[in-house]
Amino acid sequence: MTNRDLMKQNIRIGTGSGWWGDRISPAAELAKHGQLDYLCFETMAEATISAAQVRARRDTDFAGHDTYLEDRLRAVLPACLANGTKIISNQGWINPDAAAAKAIEILRQLGATGVKVAAVNGSLITQQVLGLTDKILENGQSTQTLADTLISAEVYLGAEPIVHALAQGADIVFTGRVADPSLFLAPLMHEFGWDPLDHNRLAQGSAVGHLLECGAQVTGGYFVDPGFKDVECPWDLGFPIAEVNDDGSCVISKLAGTGGCVTLQTVKEQMLYEVHDPAHYLTPDVTVDFTTAKLEMVGPDRVRVSGVSGKPRSPTLKVSMGCQEGFVGEDMFFYAGPGAMRRAEIAKTVLLERFKIVDLQSDDLRIDFLGLNAIHGLATPADAPEPYEVAVRVAARTRTRTQAEKVGREVDGMAVSGIAHTGKRVPFQDRVREVIGIWSSLVARDAVQATVTISES
Amino acid sequence: MIVKLQRLAHTRSGDKGNTSNIAVFAFEPLFFSVLREQLTAERFKAFYNGAITGHVIRYEVANIDAFNFVCEGALGGGVSRNLGLDNYGKALSSAILGFELDVPDDWRELLRGSTNETC
Repeated sequence: MTNRDLMKQNIRIGTGSGWWGDRISPAAELAKHGQLDYLCFETMAEATISAAQVRARRDTDFAGHDTYLEDRLRAVLPACLANGTKIISNQGWINPDAAAAKAIEILRQLGATGVKVAAVNGSLITQQVLGLTDKILENGQSTQTLADTLISAEVYLGAEPIVHALAQGADIVFTGRVADPSLFLAPLMHEFGWDPLDHNRLAQGSAVGHLLECGAQVTGGYFVDPGFKDVECPWDLGFPIAEVNDDGSCVISKLAGTGGCVTLQTVKEQMLYEVHDPAHYLTPDVTVDFTTAKLEMVGPDRVRVSGVSGKPRSPTLKVSMGCQEGFVGEDMFFYAGPGAMRRAEIAKTVLLERFKIVDLQSDDLRIDFLGLNAIHGLATPADAPEPYEVAVRVAARTRTRTQAEKVGREVDGMAVSGIAHTGKRVPFQDRVREVIGIWSSLVARDAVQATVTISES
Repeated sequence: MIVKLQRLAHTRSGDKGNTSNIAVFAFEPLFFSVLREQLTAERFKAFYNGAITGHVIRYEVANIDAFNFVCEGALGGGVSRNLGLDNYGKALSSAILGFELDVPDDWRELLRGSTNETC
């Protein structure tokens, strides 16, 4: 045991990933050199669970957890074992048990025995959701309207089942859907013994989680803007560390020698990221009020965060429902040089006429000029300068795959039957993706039962 | 003098369903009142010229010199349904950097970016 374990005056938590595709080596660096008590992995987007359900139906080899689970574990486990760092991760996706089993397998290969791995289940309520919910939050209609297209429904669980797992001695915890900040709040509640009704501590701890959940977005990622917001070594951003005190106040920092920065600006930007009403940020654990937060620069790449306050948690939990909503077909082709925009514009006309001829049936169709207006759309200034190069990018949302495939087939036709100087690439995929529409509703807390299963390596 | 928002503030956008929140952070506390007065929710929505189809609500976050603009109907029906290339609207927050504000001439030294250009 180190002195830190005996004192527990503060807890050091690091981020291992801020999303599924995140870099792995900064997590390994944190595991080695961060002197961490906990390393937390966030790997899900809104549609992750539903996409995993679709894949599991088609691909019997798919284990149902984060596809990078093994890469991430192998990168951090040796250092975490050596340093006594516990891992909390939502990499369980639709199968936390499989994630736990994989971890046990890797631990045994590493010769690590007696390591306790927990799986938290109970988030998936696909079979029960229509009986437990009333209205869809986005459109006010009954959730019954989703009966024919529903793929998956998952409740956003809070910190409590993770706290239960830690209380049972878990060294590694895998969950399915859990609210992102709760992954980071749970170890604080466990270590400091916070009362689940201590709103201010839970809010401050949730703020720690909110600041850490997107990884480098608080250490100089998604931030660099040359001449306005300059960042050193943006190719080697360090992932964040929070040193948290018993009152929930913390210092956000990163490893010395890594690129990026932790400043008032990076912390402010992440504080409001994906937030609606800053005085009422709803999590399963507490309602967070960021408008009372106090930020102070207390050293190089060190920002102290205190004063975040809390209000009672909502009586309900959010449930997210993924539904089959058809397909998107998309492709693009290119023009450059004098007259590029005129050629792009007539190419758009050609495509629109072709879609009439082949009777493309779409619910939504968009043809943009990438280089001019494909990113900001209608918000593009009327006086934006004409680009030297432009891509014509077309996308349509359709009910059937056959209709969506027409988009790529008509772009194929632009090769020899199109406009002068058309640049085009050889199709490297079918240019069609499935649309999983996400709808939200609310369920009563007592309708959801989270369970914890612990196994040992 | 007339300057672009980029010289007064930095911005970041985030997604939830079909709603984008675009937060605007004053580089200096001094700039906050000018933003409050001139960057109203109505003007914010108008500047996006139809790219935001729903309501825009502006939340004031004075403790960090920020405003959070919650923009409904900004993500083409929601991230997974969005036909745009930037499904998550992560680049949406850069459009508003071109919004023009009238600021006192003696702020010139406080503004970010080049001091040679006025816009």
